[in-house]
Amino acid sequence: MTALTKHMARLKSGPAGENTGLLLMLAVLVMAFSLASPRFLTGANLGSMGFQMPLLGLLTLAMLAPIISGGLNLAIVYTANICGLTLAWTLMQFGGAEAGIGAFLLGGALAVIVGVIAGAIMGAVIAYVGAHPILVSLAMMIFLRGLGEFLTRGGDISGFPEYMRVLGHGTVAGVPVPLILFAVIAFGWHVLLRRTPHGFSVYMTGSNLKATEYAGLNAKRTLVLIYALSGLLCAIAGILMAARFNSVRVGHGEAMLLITVLACFLGGIDPFGGHGRVFPVIIALVILQVLSSGLNLIGANQHLATAVWGLFLIAVMVLRSDQLRLLGKLFFRKDN
Amino acid sequence: MRDLLSSYRIEARLAVVLALICVGLSIAAPQFATLPNATSLLNNSAVNLIWAVGLLVVLIAGGIDISFAVASSVVQYVAAKMLMGIGGGNWVLGFLFCGCLGILLGLLNAWLIHGFRIISIVVTIATFNAFFGLLMFFSGGRNIYSLPDWWTARIFIFEHENAQGVWSELTLSVAVMIACVVATWALIRRTNIGRQLYAFGDNPEGARRAGVNIAVMQGVAFGWMGLMAGIAGLCQVNIVKEVVPNALYGRELDVLAAVVLGGARLGGGKGTILGCVLGVMFVAITQNGLNLLGVSPFAFQMIIGAAILIAISTSNIDLSQILRKTETRQ
Amino acid sequence: MTTAPAERFALRLHKVSKAFGGVQALNAVDFEVRAGEVHCLAGENGCGKSTLIKVVTGVHRPESADLIELFGQPVDRITPVQAREMGVSVIWQDLALFPHMSVAENIAFDDLVGLRPRSVRYGQMKARAAEVLDRLGVRMDLAAPLHSLPIAQRQVVAIARALMNDARLIFMDEPTASLTQSETDRLLDIVRKLSAEGVAIVFVSHRLAEVLEIAERVTVVRDGNLVGVYPTQGMTQARLGELMTGHLIENQVSARDLPDAPVAFQAKGLSRHGEFSDINLTIKAGEVVGLTGLIGAGRTELAHVMMGMRRADSGQMTLNGATYRPTSARAAIEQGMAYVSEDRLSLGLLQKQSIADNTVISVLRKLTTAAGLISETRKADLVAHWIKQMGVKIGLPQDAISTLSGGNQQKVVLAKWLATAPRLLILDSPTVGVDVGARAGIFRIVRQLAEDGLAILLISDEVTEVMHHADRIMHMADGRIVQEYDPRRITVPQLEERIYA
Repeated sequence: MTALTKHMARLKSGPAGENTGLLLMLAVLVMAFSLASPRFLTGANLGSMGFQMPLLGLLTLAMLAPIISGGLNLAIVYTANICGLTLAWTLMQFGGAEAGIGAFLLGGALAVIVGVIAGAIMGAVIAYVGAHPILVSLAMMIFLRGLGEFLTRGGDISGFPEYMRVLGHGTVAGVPVPLILFAVIAFGWHVLLRRTPHGFSVYMTGSNLKATEYAGLNAKRTLVLIYALSGLLCAIAGILMAARFNSVRVGHGEAMLLITVLACFLGGIDPFGGHGRVFPVIIALVILQVLSSGLNLIGANQHLATAVWGLFLIAVMVLRSDQLRLLGKLFFRKDN
Repeated sequence: MRDLLSSYRIEARLAVVLALICVGLSIAAPQFATLPNATSLLNNSAVNLIWAVGLLVVLIAGGIDISFAVASSVVQYVAAKMLMGIGGGNWVLGFLFCGCLGILLGLLNAWLIHGFRIISIVVTIATFNAFFGLLMFFSGGRNIYSLPDWWTARIFIFEHENAQGVWSELTLSVAVMIACVVATWALIRRTNIGRQLYAFGDNPEGARRAGVNIAVMQGVAFGWMGLMAGIAGLCQVNIVKEVVPNALYGRELDVLAAVVLGGARLGGGKGTILGCVLGVMFVAITQNGLNLLGVSPFAFQMIIGAAILIAISTSNIDLSQILRKTETRQ
Repeated sequence: MTTAPAERFALRLHKVSKAFGGVQALNAVDFEVRAGEVHCLAGENGCGKSTLIKVVTGVHRPESADLIELFGQPVDRITPVQAREMGVSVIWQDLALFPHMSVAENIAFDDLVGLRPRSVRYGQMKARAAEVLDRLGVRMDLAAPLHSLPIAQRQVVAIARALMNDARLIFMDEPTASLTQSETDRLLDIVRKLSAEGVAIVFVSHRLAEVLEIAERVTVVRDGNLVGVYPTQGMTQARLGELMTGHLIENQVSARDLPDAPVAFQAKGLSRHGEFSDINLTIKAGEVVGLTGLIGAGRTELAHVMMGMRRADSGQMTLNGATYRPTSARAAIEQGMAYVSEDRLSLGLLQKQSIADNTVISVLRKLTTAAGLISETRKADLVAHWIKQMGVKIGLPQDAISTLSGGNQQKVVLAKWLATAPRLLILDSPTVGVDVGARAGIFRIVRQLAEDGLAILLISDEVTEVMHHADRIMHMADGRIVQEYDPRRITVPQLEERIYA
């Protein structure tokens, strides 16, 4: 009996247990929704889910790495907006809807550069000034939002070349292109975090910056790099956003900011840094998407889905809490 | 004096910078240092300041709250429905309803945080989404215009007409704001409960061992935040004269930035009312000044963001250290 | 001060037992403290000392006890509040103070506790705090935030806070763990003063030397059992260590001459403004050089310069004959330096991370494949190798490092550095928070490393440690190396006298 409980405890606390728990919830939700609505498990619905999730997914990955490094990046959405703006501006210089693929590549490259710079500035202030990441990224968020509003005067830029539709709305062998893009990037992100020395350093820095430096790792450079990479993902998200909406407006996707944090916590990321993996966060994202699509199908709107997301996070955190486990143990003992 | 400066370093810096900005603006923009401008600045900052002092208490106790702005919206909406339901009510009932509803929402956060040992940022991001989603769902996003007369009545606590016939007025919200600021100051500075909040935020384990009741501390911190959110919601309706469910969405992060700029420590144990007020007024005065200088309103946010970034980046630079470094180099 | 006969004892416990799960933390232990006595509670980590303190202060309720008596009054059941009201105070090792609050507020904090709202009178608070500090004969800026004080003064604040509650029995848990010898001496003076005023003090410490210096009697506990109560008069450190661990600990001078060994590290005229000046230091391959002295002597600062964490203003260093000018810890490690920090909890290890990750953190390059990825197999092999080599007792390599005891953690620190194949190993106070028994294990490893040709700089406050484990002793004072000693030509008391004179 004790061996079993020990095993259960390890399953519960270990990353493997985290995955099983989340997968189980996902399975239950999928089953419930397919019973509630015959349209849930149709190609059309799955397809639309596949188109919707990648954007939130990319931004969540951009949020994930800074949290593991012991911080937070509240500027992700507006970084993505500014990067989208950079792309849109470049395309406009080359004739808007008539711009060639070269213009798109140039604009994409410029967008990436802008994203990386925005991230690197935050990383540098956090690492070398020692300011709190929430404050730094919040200030950057306010700055980028203001910059975007200043440049666009609150309006939007639209009218992009036709080929950008492929990126936002195309499919390859029936799989949405954004989903493929997301899968590739998520895998790359996983490899970066779990298998490279830089990723190792991110986890170490997230648990204790000073001790990491004492061990001979360059913790400060790690921070600059991880925020720069977070900015890079924002840039990709910004490009995808432009392709999906065929327009760029500052404030697009604003509501996603805190949802990305919610997804990270749902995926078991340690809010204090040092622990967390890509895979459970992806499951968490799928759960959120299933909740919103499923509720949509049975007639609720996105606002109810948002509320359910919040309640769902509370429920999961309560289930994970040690207090509940203690309570469980108490009952278990009484049974004996 | 030196001690005072070292323990209130951030506040002192901010006060000096703010004073310089005020002097500069008075010279550059003649309208800045006038009574009408000062009163409108106060009127426009009242709601932010009420939130800010509430958030300060939560930050001092080592927590963070993302949900307060949408909590205000929820309170507005529910209070409006309830008050109309009982036939209108009056100011006393309004304060009572809004205050209690706010406290209730705050205590919900506190219960989740303490009862299940979930950290506050996780809980309040979850409740932020839950509050907002439910509010939008049940209200259908529709505004409420038919409000009790007392609620939308303009009440001035100060009126003055100058020689040119321009009126300067302070609204009721300013009086409420001042009451909230003073009450919060009394709570955190003058009562043993407030000092226990500091201690709890500073060293939770040490506080627990000293016999501080942790559950009550969380309840006081988030309950106070909730009370402030409820009152802020009430005041905001009085200013705009309608209930717009998504009007306050997104304001939480700006208030957070201002409070932290004022020296409240993310992580707990540190923060003063003075710094908090200075932080909020820094943002408000900068915006007001830019407006008077004829800068495009679209540039305000950008400049404020840059100002905060510069403020943080230079906050750790100690002048005396730079002096020492140049000395040793020579 | 006269004490009533009934109050001859501050505390009497008879046959107290307490179990956690299946583990018997205390097994029918007797413990008595006389009024005004300085009493030492000695034993290894996990022997039941903390449990005993927690029973007395009402944190834990014992399963059974024949007698619990505080200041002559039998008590059925102690609650924390009751214990404090009766005059029992504990100063935990982490002090449990509030870094951002003022000194006065820290001292008077317990007056503020409680849910009955009342107003705070800062003037009165300051006056009371000043009064208590006067009683201790200490002067301090009452308005200063606590975090601006050095640790030794925070300790004094913690004592003042206990006195504020009219404590008549104070438990001090490892009070000197992070103090230097001179600070310890000042603390011990305060303890004597309190004892003379009739306050009983129970001292829990790993440092046997000071235990013997300060306490009148010592109670030894091992594995939850009472070993015995002994007067410190005539007790030796070796004997006390034996009682605590249950086996004899050899501690002899082990210095050797290494005339033919090549020089591994040399510093000439090394100076850094305000920290140390004109340091000349030679360490041969296979040699253990002890570096001792008071705090402010510049020992840790010198180690930081050697590790590239700070730059020297002037002077040269050579490592294995080549000029050595490190610009960062990374550069130093690449050139063969290793540094076991004095602060294992927050600098030496990443407490949140696994044993495996802590072991490989400094040798990632060795584990990286051509593709730039960390090889999991190489990592596992490396970890397994060092766990075995160091004899670390662990569950799984994936377990958090914080699950290990102090001694085992320190072995992982050593493993981490040895994996980098260093030429010079700096050990900065390597036995802080490590059991007497585990210390011997660590020094066995150190000795073996030296035999294998590693140059070692052993920095320590504890004179006996450098006497027994170093080949040569450098005495550092006021930023200079003032004298070199051969451990075979000097005794511990002689060396102590020269250092503390």
